[in-house]
Amino acid sequence: MSVDDKTVRRVARLARIKVEEKDVPKLAGELNAILAFVEQLNEVDVTGIEPLTSVVATDMKKRKDVVTDGHYAAAIVASTQSEDNFFMVPKVVE
Amino acid sequence: MSLTNFTIAEARAKLKAREFSALELTDAYLAAIEKAKALNAYVATTPDQARAMAKASDAKLASGTGGALEGIPLGIKDLFATKGVHTQACSHILDGFKPGYESTVTQNLWNAGAVMLGKLNMDEFAMGSSNETSYYGGVVNPWRRKNSNASLVPGGSSGGSATAVSAHLCAAATATDTGGSIRQPAAFTGTVGIKPTYGRVSRWGTIAFASSLDQAGPIARDVRDAAIMLQAMASVDEKDTTSVDLPVPDYEKALGRPLKGLRVGIPKEYRPDGLSSEINALWDQGAQWLKEQGAAIVEISLPHTKYALPAYYIVAPAEASSNLARYDGVRYGLRVPGDDLIDTYEKTRAAGFGREVQRRVMVGTYVLSAGYYDAYYVKAQKVRTLIKRDFDEAWAKCDVVLTPATPSPAFAPGEITDPVEMYLNDIFTVTVNMAGLPGIAVPAGLSELGLPLGLQLIGKPFDEETLFQTAFAIEQAAGKFKASQWW
Repeated sequence: MSVDDKTVRRVARLARIKVEEKDVPKLAGELNAILAFVEQLNEVDVTGIEPLTSVVATDMKKRKDVVTDGHYAAAIVASTQSEDNFFMVPKVVE
Repeated sequence: MSLTNFTIAEARAKLKAREFSALELTDAYLAAIEKAKALNAYVATTPDQARAMAKASDAKLASGTGGALEGIPLGIKDLFATKGVHTQACSHILDGFKPGYESTVTQNLWNAGAVMLGKLNMDEFAMGSSNETSYYGGVVNPWRRKNSNASLVPGGSSGGSATAVSAHLCAAATATDTGGSIRQPAAFTGTVGIKPTYGRVSRWGTIAFASSLDQAGPIARDVRDAAIMLQAMASVDEKDTTSVDLPVPDYEKALGRPLKGLRVGIPKEYRPDGLSSEINALWDQGAQWLKEQGAAIVEISLPHTKYALPAYYIVAPAEASSNLARYDGVRYGLRVPGDDLIDTYEKTRAAGFGREVQRRVMVGTYVLSAGYYDAYYVKAQKVRTLIKRDFDEAWAKCDVVLTPATPSPAFAPGEITDPVEMYLNDIFTVTVNMAGLPGIAVPAGLSELGLPLGLQLIGKPFDEETLFQTAFAIEQAAGKFKASQWW
């Protein structure tokens, strides 16, 4: 599978990264080099193999449905544009 | 002799005996950091906080109530959240970010009495093998080639941690390892680095790169200090459901245990064509040392080794693209205003992420996009099962695996520009992350050009004790290595 300029623009859009038109061909080349490298996996027969979901055999831990942490909204918004403990964003509704 | 020359174990005894104070020790490190600006190891120092913590340690030491790391000055990788202090993963996108909370790992260290000197340089979001992707510039390796003044990279992504430990700019440092980011820089700087079993250390408050691979561990000057550090860092944590509820053993007790009866596996797949003769010789020497101390050397096979790196370059970018979605210009750090909200996201991420991070986020986005998920991500996760199975079968024949840590010694900045060639630096380390196993890098000798070379030991899940025992045996035979000071 190889990536063309159109795919690079689509992926950039999905990734929410603005890519300048002049950088598209170079990025396509770099992505293709990485994808060519991972193509080696086609040599591996994975018939009947389950994907690895956990590297350590453990049961999913469940915790009690109680509040143990939190209530520090001021600390969460402290490093960004905020007002009354809310994040501030540009107007999205006219 | 400067107080910075003492290992943690030595300083611990001398602090307890009140030969010097924690404040004196901290001041000695702060002075050393001041003189070592050329190495660019620290991106932020916290001298006031360090001195306040040291004074508190002195009070505890005076009353005999000190913890395991009481008064020991540490450097912290910029990936760990430290309350009110620079925590930016060395990325432009986290400009000015100071969290209102503390990571579990660093909290464990402060609870044990350690002192924070500051935050250490690293590859941006831990993506890199040379520390060249940091927004704060590269880190300089204290080691240089024989008869050369040219700078070398310290490896990555924990390049600041490795340089700071190697150059005695902290007693030890925290680091993280997703594909080799503790072990490769440790090998490049003549230090000891251990990536514990996935789940041994809480990931809470550590900025996420690839969540199924990330694990924190220490970089230290010798095996004993690495054991002391990991003991303090490891814990089960309610805030991280992947942290495992097993008691943390007394790792120091494993040092010096006889090797008699220990079976050391040598995987034939780790000897690729073109592996340099000096790495081959180092590896043989390491096996010989262990044999002389009573271990049995057995050949093993890990047939899916060559697929670990390509599988990693699907899994890691895929998980990174998801984890890094939160850096949108709204909740953290940098914001570049756009015409509308989407435009703000796109402009912020274009300006805030460096080239390597953008590349990986885009690869990850592509392999997770509609129609490709099964062909890439699911396939790579199946290959991971096979890699893990290789090790499960090997444990029938051996107790620990010995390999080189890296395919070469440290290289020069700018020497490797091709992303895929850079990825090959992790060829010996990445399988360990894919299988979730513990791995330790220990210095074993010097290259022909006088640069440190490391060996890697891989253990069974949660058998860090055997790694410390075996690494200590290598250290006893190989000795320790220190760069001569030029900075």
